[in-house]
Amino acid sequence: MTPSPTESGRNTIELKVTPDDYRIARYAAAAIALSVAEAAIPSPLPGVKPGLANIVVLMVLMRHGWRDAVWVSLLRVVAGSLVIGQFLAPGFFLALTGAIASLGALGIATHLPRRWFGPVSLSIVAAFAHIGGQILLARLWLIPHDGVFLLVPLFATAALLFGIINGMVAAHLLSEQTGDN
Amino acid sequence: MSFRKLPPAYWLRLLQPGDWLIMLVGVVAVAVSYPLLWRGGGADHVIVKRDGELVAELPLTITKRIEVSGPIGTTVIEVQPGRARVASDPGPRQYCVKQGWLTAANAIAICAPNHVSLMLAARDGKSIGHDSVTY
Repeated sequence: MTPSPTESGRNTIELKVTPDDYRIARYAAAAIALSVAEAAIPSPLPGVKPGLANIVVLMVLMRHGWRDAVWVSLLRVVAGSLVIGQFLAPGFFLALTGAIASLGALGIATHLPRRWFGPVSLSIVAAFAHIGGQILLARLWLIPHDGVFLLVPLFATAALLFGIINGMVAAHLLSEQTGDN
Repeated sequence: MSFRKLPPAYWLRLLQPGDWLIMLVGVVAVAVSYPLLWRGGGADHVIVKRDGELVAELPLTITKRIEVSGPIGTTVIEVQPGRARVASDPGPRQYCVKQGWLTAANAIAICAPNHVSLMLAARDGKSIGHDSVTY
């Protein structure tokens, strides 16, 4: 419908932007920047990446809860893949599956008592869920052969290593209480 | 925020008791995954063929030498627990001999000039053995 001259005023749709939206957008921007920067790092084995964006997701989870973490993580996957030019390519679906699997695991793990289990625990759980989901998708869709499971030990090693490191970085950043919302 | 001049003790203090537990579980899971998934396909018997026809089928648990005569001479196959090889062959280039001991399921040594092949197979023909994995 064309705007009629009788309607005084304009025909724009105003989206209400809440403080929540700004906060999520800021975190998502940080996560996207990290995943784009990380895409430039050469890897000896395709699929083995540090997953630096997960540091941001962990921090959001600890500070603002699971719902915000879901938003940041999924925005990161979609916008990050658009930036890299991978949107709807197999790599995008692998990243999406990994993100959904680790968010699911985090949703459960976040109920662990905080007194005993810190960001490092959550990070390791998320990292294992991430590769678990990806390997499963790869087996079901991309490489329908049990041969893919031969890669599991390597991926699991990387998940453990980067899970610990990312968790420690997140714990460090959270302990600083930099006060940005 | 700064990462400089942070001693290792600082990083260790970020770990809570449960974190150590999860790390331990992770290390055990990773350590178990290697032998579990990389056990070489679990070969358990040897198949020797000449002209594509079965000459001998032996379990990979015994020690035995068998001789197979082909068009240009005699190929000697040696079986030991867990491995098998072509010990000697009359072929001019000795490829199947140079392959040495075979241990993985689906591994095969073919002595083409003498029409003899040696292959390792997995139990029930079911195997996670592979020729190669590539991207």
